[in-house]
Amino acid sequence: MTSIFKTFLLATTVAAAPMMLATIASAEGEKYILVSHAPDSDSWWNTIKNGIALAGEQMNVEVEYRNPPTGDLADMARIIEQAAASGPNGIITTLSDYDVLSGPIRAAVDSGVDVIIMNSGTPEQAREVGALMYVGQPEYDAGHAAGLRAKSDGVGSFLCVNHYISSPSSTERCQGFADGLGIELGDQMIDSGQDPAEIKNRVLAYLNTNPETDAILTLGPTSADPTMLALEENGMAGDIYFGTFDLGEEIVKGLKSGVINWGIDQQPFLQAYLPVVVLTNYHRYGVLPGNNINSGPGFVTKDGLEKVEEFAGEYR
Amino acid sequence: MSDAHTQFAEDERIKSRSKFREAMIRPELGGIIGTIAVFTMFIIFAGDSGMFNSQGVLNWSQISAQFMIIAVGACLLMIAGEFDLSVGSMIGFTGMLIAIFSVTLGWPVWLAILVTFVLAMAIGALNGFIVVRTGLPSFIVTLAFLFILRGFAIYLPQTIERKTIIGGVADAAEGDWLAALFGGKILTGLFQWLGDNGWIAVFERGTRKGQPVVDGLPMLIVWAILLVIVGHIILTKTRFGNWIFAAGGDAEAARNSGVPVNRVKILMFMFTAFCATVFATCQVMEFGGAGSDRGLLKEFEAIIAVVIGGALLTGGYGSVLGAALGALIFGVVQQGLFFAGVESSLFRVFLGLILLFAVILNTYIRRVITGER
Repeated sequence: MTSIFKTFLLATTVAAAPMMLATIASAEGEKYILVSHAPDSDSWWNTIKNGIALAGEQMNVEVEYRNPPTGDLADMARIIEQAAASGPNGIITTLSDYDVLSGPIRAAVDSGVDVIIMNSGTPEQAREVGALMYVGQPEYDAGHAAGLRAKSDGVGSFLCVNHYISSPSSTERCQGFADGLGIELGDQMIDSGQDPAEIKNRVLAYLNTNPETDAILTLGPTSADPTMLALEENGMAGDIYFGTFDLGEEIVKGLKSGVINWGIDQQPFLQAYLPVVVLTNYHRYGVLPGNNINSGPGFVTKDGLEKVEEFAGEYR
Repeated sequence: MSDAHTQFAEDERIKSRSKFREAMIRPELGGIIGTIAVFTMFIIFAGDSGMFNSQGVLNWSQISAQFMIIAVGACLLMIAGEFDLSVGSMIGFTGMLIAIFSVTLGWPVWLAILVTFVLAMAIGALNGFIVVRTGLPSFIVTLAFLFILRGFAIYLPQTIERKTIIGGVADAAEGDWLAALFGGKILTGLFQWLGDNGWIAVFERGTRKGQPVVDGLPMLIVWAILLVIVGHIILTKTRFGNWIFAAGGDAEAARNSGVPVNRVKILMFMFTAFCATVFATCQVMEFGGAGSDRGLLKEFEAIIAVVIGGALLTGGYGSVLGAALGALIFGVVQQGLFFAGVESSLFRVFLGLILLFAVILNTYIRRVITGER
C-alpha cells in the first residue's frame, strides 16, 4: 500500500508540475479571456481556439479559452463571473441566452472589464449589456437569407436537423429559414442530439416517414456529417436540396461532390481573431471601429473552394 | 455515541480507545486535511490572481455551495446504503416545472415552487418505493429516472413553448415572498459598508457605480449552510440518524432490531429530491429562467463530493460535514485551477488526479488509523 501511495504521489507531482510552470511563465502584456457556450463535444469551436491562439501570438497578448464542459449555460454564467474576478483586460464572450448571461456580463463591464460579444446574441443585446461591439453573424438573419435563397431554388418543405436544441440561437436559424421560405416551422425541426449515430438514424427515420421533403438544413458539422451518411444510405445524396451552416472538412467534401448545395460560412476564425485585435489596439492606442462587425453570412458553394478546402476546420 | 462510550467505559463489550484515536477516526479527517492542502496550494499558486478578492471568493463559494446542497442529500442517502443518479436530471426537470408553472401557466411563483417541491419529493418517494419493493439496485432504478426526467425536461417545454429555455421567471418572481427565499441576497447592508470602507471592490462605472461588486450573501450559500447543519444534526444527534447508519450498514440486522429500514430509505430518496429541487429553484431564481440541459452530470459531482468527504460507497459510514468539505474542495479546485491559469483542456486531468488522490488518501488514513484490513 505504502509504495503504491508513494508512486501515486510522485506521479501526481510530475503531472502537475508542467501545468504549474506554465502559470509562472505566462506572457507579459494584456490578458483576454474568451468564454463560449459550447460543450466539449462540439468540434466546430476548434477554429475559434485556433483563431484566438493566432491572434494572441500575433498581437503578443495572453489569451485563454473557457467553456462549460456540458454546455450548461448556468455554468457558463459562473465562468464569466470567474473570468471577471481574475481581472483581465477584456472578455470576449458569446451571448447565447440573454436572461442567463446578461447579469454577469453587465457586472463584468461595470467592474471595468471591456467586453466584446461574439458569435451568439444580437447587436442590440450587445449594446444593452454595455459591450464594446458585436462580432458575428446575426443568426435569424442568416437563416432568413438562406430561406430566401432556397425559395428561389424552388424549395417548399424542409427538415431542420437541430443538434443543439437547448441553445435559442439554433432554433432562430431554423425559424429564420422557415420564414425566408414563407412556411410554418411546425414539426420540420427535429432534436437530433449530439451523437452521430443517433443523428443519422433520426434523419433516416424522418425522411422515411416524410418522403416528400424537398430540402435539409443542418446547423453545423456535428449534424451535417451524419446527415450526409444518412443520405448516402437512403440514396437521396445529391438528389435532395441540402444546405448547412458552418464549414468543416466533410462539408467541404460534400460541397465538392455536389451532395451539399451551399454552406453558410459565418467565419468563426474572424469571430475569435478580430475581437482580440480590436481589444489590443483599443487598449494600446485607444482606437476602436465605429460599428459592429458582421463576420457572416457568406454562402460557400462549389465554386472557389480551394482556400476553403485547404483550411477547413482549421481557419475556415 | 461518544457520550455512551465514556459512560460505559467499564463495560467489557466496549473496546476502549484513546481520546486521540477517537478524534482521528472521524470520517471527515481526510476532508479537513484536503481542505487545508487545497487552500494552501491555491494561496501559493493563485494568491494574487483575483481568486481571493471579493468576486473570486464569491465565485468559488457559490460553486461549492451548489455542490454542498446536492451533496448533503447524496451523503445521507449513501450512508443509508443507496445511490441516486437522477439528481442532475431532477435539477433540470424541477427547474423547468417552476418555469412552466409560473411563466407559461401564469401561476404565482410561490405556488409554482411549492407544487414543484411536492412533485419532486413524490418522484423521490417513487424512486425509493421501487428500490425497496423490487430489491433492484438503486443504481439501476435511478438511472432509469435519469433518462425519464431528462426526457420530460426537454419534451415539456419543446411541446408547450417550442423552445428548450424558458425565461421570464425573474419578472414573474418580482416581489414574491417565497421566491426571495431562493433567489435573494442577505446582509446587503454589511457588504455596502465593506465597499464604502474600501474593504471589497466596488464598481468603477455604469449604473451601479460605487456599489460593491459583491452586494450580498446569495441565498444559495445560506441554503447550503442550513442544509449542512440540519443534515449533520439529524445524522449525529438523533435516533433517526442512527437508523440511517443502521439501514446502510447491515439492513437485515437493522430490521431485526426494529429499524424501519424501508421507511428510512424512502425518506432519504425524498430528501435527495428535496435537495435537488432547492438547487434548481435557486438556479432558476438567480438566472431568471430554466433550461433543459441544466444539471447535466451533477449527480456524479454530488457523489464525488461525498466520496472525497470520506463516505463509503457501500453505505453505513460517512459524515455530512465531510461531504460539505468534499464539496468545498471540489468547488475550490474546479474554480481555482482557472485562476492558477492551468490550460483548460488539462485542467480536467488535474481535477481527476486530485479526486483520485483525495479518495486514496481517505482510504489510507482510515485503514492506518482504525487498523481495518
